[in-house]
Amino acid sequence: MRTPRWFRLPFWLTFAFLYVPIVVVVIMSFNASSSLFVWRGFSLEWYVEVFRDGALMEGLGNTLVVASGSTALATVLGTLLAVGISRYTRSGLIRAFAIAPALLPDLLLAIGLLSLFGLVQMTLGLHSVLIAHAVFSMAFVTAIVLARLSHVDPSLEEASRDLGAGPVRTLLRVTIPQLAPGIIAGALLAFTLSLDEFVIAFFTAAPNTPTLPMVIYSMVRFGVTPEVNALATMLLGVSLLAIIATQRLTRITESL
Amino acid sequence: MSAVATRSTRGGASERSSRRWAAAAFLGPGALYLSIFFVLPLGLIVSYAFLTRGRFGGVVPEVTLENFARLFEPVYLQVIGTSIGTAAITTTLALLLGFPTAYVISRLPRRWRVTALILVLLPFWTNFLIRTYAWIILLNDAGWINGALQGLGIVDDPIRMLYTQPAVITGLLYIYLPLMILPLYSAIERIDPALEEAATNLGASRWRVFRTITIPLALPGMLIGSVFVFVPSMANFVIPELIGGGKSLLLGNLIRDQFLKARDWPFGAALALVLTAILVILLVLQARAAARAEGGGARAHS
Repeated sequence: MRTPRWFRLPFWLTFAFLYVPIVVVVIMSFNASSSLFVWRGFSLEWYVEVFRDGALMEGLGNTLVVASGSTALATVLGTLLAVGISRYTRSGLIRAFAIAPALLPDLLLAIGLLSLFGLVQMTLGLHSVLIAHAVFSMAFVTAIVLARLSHVDPSLEEASRDLGAGPVRTLLRVTIPQLAPGIIAGALLAFTLSLDEFVIAFFTAAPNTPTLPMVIYSMVRFGVTPEVNALATMLLGVSLLAIIATQRLTRITESL
Repeated sequence: MSAVATRSTRGGASERSSRRWAAAAFLGPGALYLSIFFVLPLGLIVSYAFLTRGRFGGVVPEVTLENFARLFEPVYLQVIGTSIGTAAITTTLALLLGFPTAYVISRLPRRWRVTALILVLLPFWTNFLIRTYAWIILLNDAGWINGALQGLGIVDDPIRMLYTQPAVITGLLYIYLPLMILPLYSAIERIDPALEEAATNLGASRWRVFRTITIPLALPGMLIGSVFVFVPSMANFVIPELIGGGKSLLLGNLIRDQFLKARDWPFGAALALVLTAILVILLVLQARAAARAEGGGARAHS
């Protein structure tokens, strides 16, 4: 059956809907005027302003600490978990359990973790956000590495063991090199997700350790400033690079 | 997989025990982490919903059903109702826009298909606060849409768009539309075009093909996409605040306020369970429809 012609209208409408707001933000980030709505010529003023803004830079620093830490934790645990699931168990339940944090609404995880940290009277700070972000990041890493594992031949690992290599050596010299693209893609995704995550950080960070999205939230809440446009455009660039890198690494194309 | 199975049958006791150690080493750390920071927190929420609020916030271990009784107070029933209504409208619009989009993408040449999918995903990977913020620029009284309408002479005075219910729905639709398109795409892409062609050749009208073949086979994707849009729409508290002006309170706002402002964690937990219940109901409906579509698909193929 040919695609009904009238389907093209919603198709183009979808892309316009998704991209017009982004284009507007990018254009206005180069606006010389402080008005958000009127164009007054090209300028990079707001980009300079972003780097002069102490609160934003502090937020960025905090976010980088959280994102690096939670990515490292999630990548190690998630990779081990994925290998364990694919090689040592057939239980669909364990698989579902490992992926579940990625599907749970962020608000539920946020209040749950706040309750847990409150119960054990843990002081909130960057460490609590880091722990929290690793929970959902790990699920994404596990899912991506599992997808990669399904293409990896287990007989190579078996051969390695039959030839006398121990389990650790087999893991490091045979399994991990084959999984590398999946692991890197998972880590990149985990990093990007942590960089942008707001709801869970909002609940689990201390007021004096805001992450970048928390700083953006308070800026946007108390009125819009053109600085946000410049920042948004830069973040967009980072996400774009991460997507291109992931795409190259995982060849999502093949599985589609 | 079969290699693993044969080895474990011929392996001796020592190999079996070393396998057990290896399994524990791989699965243990992650499972432990998830037990502490995923299962335990959710368990806490469930149990808090049945406990009493402490005098100075916090929770007192006295079992009560009070928190659930309060859900039926008119104020809260209204918030739950508004949230369900808002999420339902958002989901419907996402389906109306997402289905044709996913269909067109799935019938594009292979090269373009991937590009189109990445373009659908790209906004989803950019900060959602910033995507929400973009709508403030567009919908403001002095914003781009009003500017365009006035410039074209369609309206004289700006239309109030920001801080209205439709603005909230627009914002939610904008954020969650990609989550509708992706599962729809993977469901539609799997439909064998030969099925539709055969029906057309046998004289079925395009509408009939669509109604009896395409929609039923795409139903699991439609439902999973609906879960992905509906549930987060109810839980989102940022959009109602930033572009709804905090006037239309949704379930997410209410839960946040109970935890961070009113410090009534047990009631907040009960509200969170309402959200969870809706999530579970939708997932069960989805699983049943998927099973039925699978059966139908198998029949159609045989």
